[in-house]
Amino acid sequence: MHKSDITIKNLSKIEGHADLEVKIRDNQVKEVKFAITENKRFYTQALRNRPVIGLPQHVSRICGTCSIAHLMCAITAAEHTLGMIPSKQTKILRELAMYGLMIRDHALHLYIFSLPDEYQVDSILELNKSHHDLIHDCFDMKAAGNHLAILVAGRSVHAPYPTIGGFTHFPEKENIPKVIKELKSVRPIALKLIKIFAESKATLIRKTSFVALSSEQFSFLEGPIKSSEGYEIKQEHYFQHLHKVVIPYSEALGYEFEGKEYAVGALARLNLNKEHLNPKTQKDVASYLQVFPSFNMYHNNLAQAIEILHCIDHAIELLQETLFKEEPIQELPEKDAEGVGVIEAPRGTLYYHVKIGKDGIVKKGNIIVPTQQNQINIRDDIRLMIQENMDKSKEWISLECEKIIRAYDPCMSCASHFLKVKWT
Amino acid sequence: MPKKKLNIGWFSFTCCEDSTIMLTEMLNDHYEEWFKLLNFKHFRILQSKNTLKDIDVAFVEGAITSKRRVKELKEIRKNCKKLVAIGSCAVTGMPSAQRNNFDKKTKEEISFLLARFGHTEKAYNLKELVKVDYEVPGCPMDEKIFLSVLQQCLKEFNVA
Repeated sequence: MHKSDITIKNLSKIEGHADLEVKIRDNQVKEVKFAITENKRFYTQALRNRPVIGLPQHVSRICGTCSIAHLMCAITAAEHTLGMIPSKQTKILRELAMYGLMIRDHALHLYIFSLPDEYQVDSILELNKSHHDLIHDCFDMKAAGNHLAILVAGRSVHAPYPTIGGFTHFPEKENIPKVIKELKSVRPIALKLIKIFAESKATLIRKTSFVALSSEQFSFLEGPIKSSEGYEIKQEHYFQHLHKVVIPYSEALGYEFEGKEYAVGALARLNLNKEHLNPKTQKDVASYLQVFPSFNMYHNNLAQAIEILHCIDHAIELLQETLFKEEPIQELPEKDAEGVGVIEAPRGTLYYHVKIGKDGIVKKGNIIVPTQQNQINIRDDIRLMIQENMDKSKEWISLECEKIIRAYDPCMSCASHFLKVKWT
Repeated sequence: MPKKKLNIGWFSFTCCEDSTIMLTEMLNDHYEEWFKLLNFKHFRILQSKNTLKDIDVAFVEGAITSKRRVKELKEIRKNCKKLVAIGSCAVTGMPSAQRNNFDKKTKEEISFLLARFGHTEKAYNLKELVKVDYEVPGCPMDEKIFLSVLQQCLKEFNVA
């Protein structure tokens, strides 16, 4: 393609709204604009001057699909800031809520968004005749994650039970065996999904940095921030390493880590932490784990599928081992304080920074979501793919661009919540 | 003759898409029944081949906050026979319309961004801009009300 303009408006099979514009001149990619067009909702401004106790439920509304991640990160940030230490049971319930989220959210992405690309169809519904089993798998897997989240958090979307200082409701003993049984029943389905993405031919290799939290049990809620370049930093020092990049045409900021573009998400987590996955998971997918660390961005799909299995395996163990009992919610200390919370959301590292007054009111807050961090990397991957495939048709390139964007599993609702920027 | 199906469109505007997620979770239990009764003419989360043509019922989630989206909403209204507002942002505007209530200083702080991206001066709920036939309130949408509205639509269009 000597000269061409590619424009894709309202990209499909992703969360939220985004456009892509590509300009090719003299066989060179002159411009790639991956623009998040989801309209801003100004959460950074709206969370100011509100009671901190209401913060988690408010920010949950930033994103429907990963609302549990926003809840957990806001709770973590508030507790870190106020010096509160959650009970052992609270920690277990939060891990379980995250597992319900990961199973449901990764399944949504892998089956409904990415699988059609694997089978060269437009929608999973088109697999109804040829691969009817996969449609069943999709809904059974999502249901298992959904029911786990309902058991521990009350709902998958804007979960009502988790709060700063504990939980307002505890799993009913009689409902636990049903959830364990359902998780066990989808385990073979997870293995089947892993095989599909392990055998996928999709490849896009570009050397980049990866950043994720790292902890001994592959927790999504704990650990220092690690990077593939060998950095290990404390959560509270994150802002010394992340740098904002203003992307004028996009409604979301981009970010660099130590001055370089980077990727967050399941691939980053597997690249940095695969030895910490649940032992049962490691045993059953040992051969597939050998590909990590990987620079193939499409392995983000495989990494998500493996994470589903980890979540199933560890959730079954936690549900079997824990005797849940009612616990009082901790009181919030009254003090002026500032602090951070960092967790791994389905799509990567999520940062909350809050300043709370002695009166229990949020004075200011700052949120950095995974899709903002991946934005520059997505653009550079698209640029490389097009440059390497100049001989292909415009239609082929457009489709490949969409596939790459989908592999990152971007979330535009999250990315456009709005951060305060000074444009110069 | 193949059985008549209800042609539906599912649209998301400014919001967190929580009702879309609720719908995909409701599909876990209802997909076999719904795929027999519903024809997805427009459902961006599920397919890339989407059309506004021949839509019986448009389900619209989210508040409307920019000129581009006002135009799109009006286009949807023109093409559908019934329009259902889905979830709190579509029904009431909130919480996506929270900027409407900002104080003067905060409004000034965000004004350059509203200008840059062609945002409307205020954020709207759907009925401020187009005729809305049914509403499914809730944050996320109330599942039971959604099911009853869907049942009502199936009846009105002689599908079930």
